[in-house]
Amino acid sequence: VDGDGGCVGTRLENANPVIFQRSGDRVQTASEEDEDVHDPIDDREIFDILSINDPEHPLSLEELNVVEQFRVKVNDAESTVGIEFTPTIPHCSMATLIGLSIKVKLLRSLPDRFKVLNKQLADKERVAAALENASLLEVVNQCLSTRTI
Amino acid sequence: MKEALSLVQRLSAHPDSRCWFVSWSPNGTLLASCGGDKTIRIWGKEGDSWICKNVLQDGHQRTVRKVAWSPCGNYLASASFDATTCIWKKKNDDFESLTVLEGHENEVKCVAWAPSGNLLATCSRDKSVWVWEVDEEDEYECVTVVNSHTQDVKHVVWHPTQELLASASYDNNICLYKEEDDDWECRATLQGHTSTVWSLCFDADGQRLASCSDDRTVKIWREYPAESGQDLSWKCVCTLSGYHGRAVYDVSWCRLTGALATASGDDAVRVFKEDETANPDEPVYSLAAQVARAHNQDVNCVSWNPKEAGFLASCSDDGEIAIWKFQEEE
Repeated sequence: VDGDGGCVGTRLENANPVIFQRSGDRVQTASEEDEDVHDPIDDREIFDILSINDPEHPLSLEELNVVEQFRVKVNDAESTVGIEFTPTIPHCSMATLIGLSIKVKLLRSLPDRFKVLNKQLADKERVAAALENASLLEVVNQCLSTRTI
Repeated sequence: MKEALSLVQRLSAHPDSRCWFVSWSPNGTLLASCGGDKTIRIWGKEGDSWICKNVLQDGHQRTVRKVAWSPCGNYLASASFDATTCIWKKKNDDFESLTVLEGHENEVKCVAWAPSGNLLATCSRDKSVWVWEVDEEDEYECVTVVNSHTQDVKHVVWHPTQELLASASYDNNICLYKEEDDDWECRATLQGHTSTVWSLCFDADGQRLASCSDDRTVKIWREYPAESGQDLSWKCVCTLSGYHGRAVYDVSWCRLTGALATASGDDAVRVFKEDETANPDEPVYSLAAQVARAHNQDVNCVSWNPKEAGFLASCSDDGEIAIWKFQEEE
């Protein structure tokens, strides 16, 4: 991310995306409902946290197949989360914004012990500087706002 | 005999923010810290404990990334994401903003004073390194802009005795600069790290340079006699690999004892010591002490007190400063 916020345009770069079916709601297991059993954070839980709105479309990243469950890797014991995401078109200028939104959402959702790993956004100094940019932060917050349909 | 790091004091320095950097004054009595809350804080010892003596605010509009004391201890320079560098003058127990150095296109990542006190270097995400000259009237003039890196420049540091400047970058390289005919030029590029080089530190006499990187290693570079056609020849003589679980954000070489401290994204503070029996061309360093959970989050900086041997300050994304004592245990 370069912190300039220059990736925010008005023209849709991918006007006709292929829409993918959303996976069903999570099935609660008996041990998860038992408050006495330690319930580690798993891949599906992270995937559910990532109901981020694509900045160009009123659809979730999952429906656009930007984030797929099998590419979310969680290690609760080591407090790490790794996510690979695919922008809907190659070299999409929105990729950094989506990546930043994913990173911010995880930073806000997970306990402090987690370190969010993302190859593109590994430079925490540049992420910190980007998040000081008020207009970029506003777009990230829009991406993270709850979808109303 | 065993070495250990023991906690002296923990300070909530920049609450609800990051503490990015700490720097000891040349006489070792004051510690300056800076952070995401846009402030600089000055810490001093009162009785047995360290307390906040000054808060310098309104100098910067955004994160203060680094601070540096002038060699005389009367000035403080601060580098900020707001693209400026502030110079503060110490007056009795207070600090006043003297001047603001502008020119970088975006975030200033580091500022460093040359040992003479007459030169100042700054670097930025705009990929450039600037050298500023200071005159007796406290006027600052930019004498050179060097563009030797292809990416964000993370750190600048001066050689302890010569007018030699080193810089570290997101482009994985280290550049060494010298002045020639009133112009500063990159005279050597040290390649070897496989990711961002976050920080650099010369040893006491300047014969060795330590670098630390996002590739989770620390490298020790040594100066060698000049080869033909090149006046600066530095080679990597040692790589500390396998010790750090995440990026190494800072490295500090104690001028008094030669101990090497590191700050890492794995939340740990570590101290390495050189095996004195090894061949100086192939130095061997071993881990002398470590605190695995030194902070609750990434450790951004480590700094040895210049006057009191074994006294180490560290700071973290959790907003805290920790002061440690490194000593041999009976």
